[in-house]
Amino acid sequence: MSINLLLAAVILMNFLLVATGRAVQLVRRVALQGMILGLILLLLHDEWHIHVLLMAGSTVAIKGAVIPWLLAQALSRTKEAKSPTPYVGYTLSLILLAGSTFLAFLLARKLPLQVGMLGTLFIPASLATLFTGFLLLITRRRALLQVVGYLVLENGVFLFSLLLVKNMPLLVETGVLLDLVVGIFIMGIVINHIQQAFDSQDTKRMSDLKE
Amino acid sequence: MSIALIILPLMATPVVWYMKPGMNRARVLPVVGIIHFLFVIASLTGVFQLNPDAWFRLDPLGGWVLFIVSAVFAIVSFYAPAYLALRPDRNFRIFCVSLLGFISMASLVATSRHPGVLWVGMEAMTLMTTPLIYYTYNRRSLEATWKYLMICSVGMALALLGTFFIAYAADLGGMSGPLYFDRIAEIANSFPGQWLKAGFVLLLVGYGTKMGLAPLHTWKPDTYSETPGIVGAVLGAGVTTCAFLALARMLAILNAAGEGEFARDILVVMGLFSMFWAFVFMVRQADLKRLLAYSGVEQAGILAIGLGIGGDAIKATLFLVGAYALVKVSLFLGAGNIHRAFNNRTVPEVSGVINFLPWTGWTFLIGFFASTCCPPFSPFMGMYQLASIAFASGRMWVGGLLLIFLAMIFLVSSKLVLTAVLGDERVFSKEVIYRDSIGTVGPIVVALAIALLVGIWMPQSLSNMLEQATQIVRTP
Repeated sequence: MSINLLLAAVILMNFLLVATGRAVQLVRRVALQGMILGLILLLLHDEWHIHVLLMAGSTVAIKGAVIPWLLAQALSRTKEAKSPTPYVGYTLSLILLAGSTFLAFLLARKLPLQVGMLGTLFIPASLATLFTGFLLLITRRRALLQVVGYLVLENGVFLFSLLLVKNMPLLVETGVLLDLVVGIFIMGIVINHIQQAFDSQDTKRMSDLKE
Repeated sequence: MSIALIILPLMATPVVWYMKPGMNRARVLPVVGIIHFLFVIASLTGVFQLNPDAWFRLDPLGGWVLFIVSAVFAIVSFYAPAYLALRPDRNFRIFCVSLLGFISMASLVATSRHPGVLWVGMEAMTLMTTPLIYYTYNRRSLEATWKYLMICSVGMALALLGTFFIAYAADLGGMSGPLYFDRIAEIANSFPGQWLKAGFVLLLVGYGTKMGLAPLHTWKPDTYSETPGIVGAVLGAGVTTCAFLALARMLAILNAAGEGEFARDILVVMGLFSMFWAFVFMVRQADLKRLLAYSGVEQAGILAIGLGIGGDAIKATLFLVGAYALVKVSLFLGAGNIHRAFNNRTVPEVSGVINFLPWTGWTFLIGFFASTCCPPFSPFMGMYQLASIAFASGRMWVGGLLLIFLAMIFLVSSKLVLTAVLGDERVFSKEVIYRDSIGTVGPIVVALAIALLVGIWMPQSLSNMLEQATQIVRTP
């Protein structure tokens, strides 16, 4: 059950992500989480075909290296060392995350699984990671940290997709990864413009548009 | 051959990118627009042989939507050169490339037979259209861009999860081979209902965000108000129409699986809520483009209600999609002209457009009446059918609320539009550069003329295609 151990590591990583306010640490942790996902993909298969190796390799490379590098680039252009205080404090965020992780485990029991997958933590881990992403997206004020939240959200979706690696064609898998990289790239560009225009990455300052 | 629809606009992008700066770059757009439209017609009339195993194929449902979107793009692309010439200081290289990327991805969405590929197309479309919003390069448009990018990306992530849920349901249902929509429809009744329902809710949240259903519409008013009218036309008539297609395809799966009632009920509730919400924000609205945005929320709601009523109402809904798209294009382009001339988009600064820009003024006024479902325009025809089917099928509450909201929205929005168009003539302190010209008014007139024509006389071949498309959503 080494897969379940890795899935537990993903859940643990969720808590570490929510617990920190330092952008550098968040980027490192989300990179680590991405690498674990690639590892799970690899362990899920008994035989390592070219297809599997390719998918696992590109997952580790993209989620573990390329995207964190893009984020680090966006980070290095700013002088702000400290991120603004989140809308919801760290302690409360952790409590919310613990509660929702518990709920994810409860909810997962309601959904039927394939016979081979019974007893794995895929669904609770996926739902809990999804919620972590949401939490980061909503509570963090700094644009870059919101992007990290989006990435964590995407990791949750990716975890679920591992249940159907045998059914999803390569075309879709590649398309999804490509969209993700391009998406983060564009977000990076926009953050750069925000930094220049507002002299800060604090999204709270962007509040001109309202009724 | 369907793949040509996707590749053709992409082939034009390097041409546009490496061209010498100048107006010729913008003139590539109408050329691509018209060729793409002709290709769509050729594909629909069956000039090209179709391979039944192909990944991309234009079925009647996708064909109808692409027909609309391609027509919208052609109209917009003819407007683009004249509009971009008004702002010679701006470099519109990225703008043109994004527009070409949009129509390419719209073709991908319409021709894809696989829910995963459809998602990839929708997400790529979100990313392609992002630079369009940041056209004016100021703080406000930056805020709008960030909102659009984040809200739509999160929505699309949820839609991806929903797509995976559907795929997992197919897996548990014992389906093997590629998950083509037509193949799913044949055996969907063996799929487990929990996964399908959960998947549909996620897909509704995801594609509903792109379509702008309340309460997921929050990006819409900000985005539409901060972008040029031409971008509003692309987003409001193109992107949302594609999102509608995605939603209709997913509803078809649920219908085929026998879980349709659940899906249709949520659609009706969400649709009515969208209409109500749009009404609330239209009261005391002073900004013309924001008004159009909320009118977009209202129309997305009407389309959701139409899908939710189901049965024969699907045909009326599909008809309405096209009717609304055409009228919306004319309104957004008109609002763009008004914005250029008055350098403002709020009443009372904008007043008496008709004295100053007679063509834009008249078309805006007519477009407004068309979009609020006044006869004899096509939205009226669609709405008349939709409402009568709602009553005939015994949904008195739905039909009643639909008409009440429609009337209330007409009342609150007419005040703003009438003041803007027919109000007191405004005295300008400095000279105004913009005047109506054939390039900026012609496309608007064409869009309105088609909307009028289709309302009075519908060609038999189009009607047949609509009927076949309806059957796809209604399955089995």
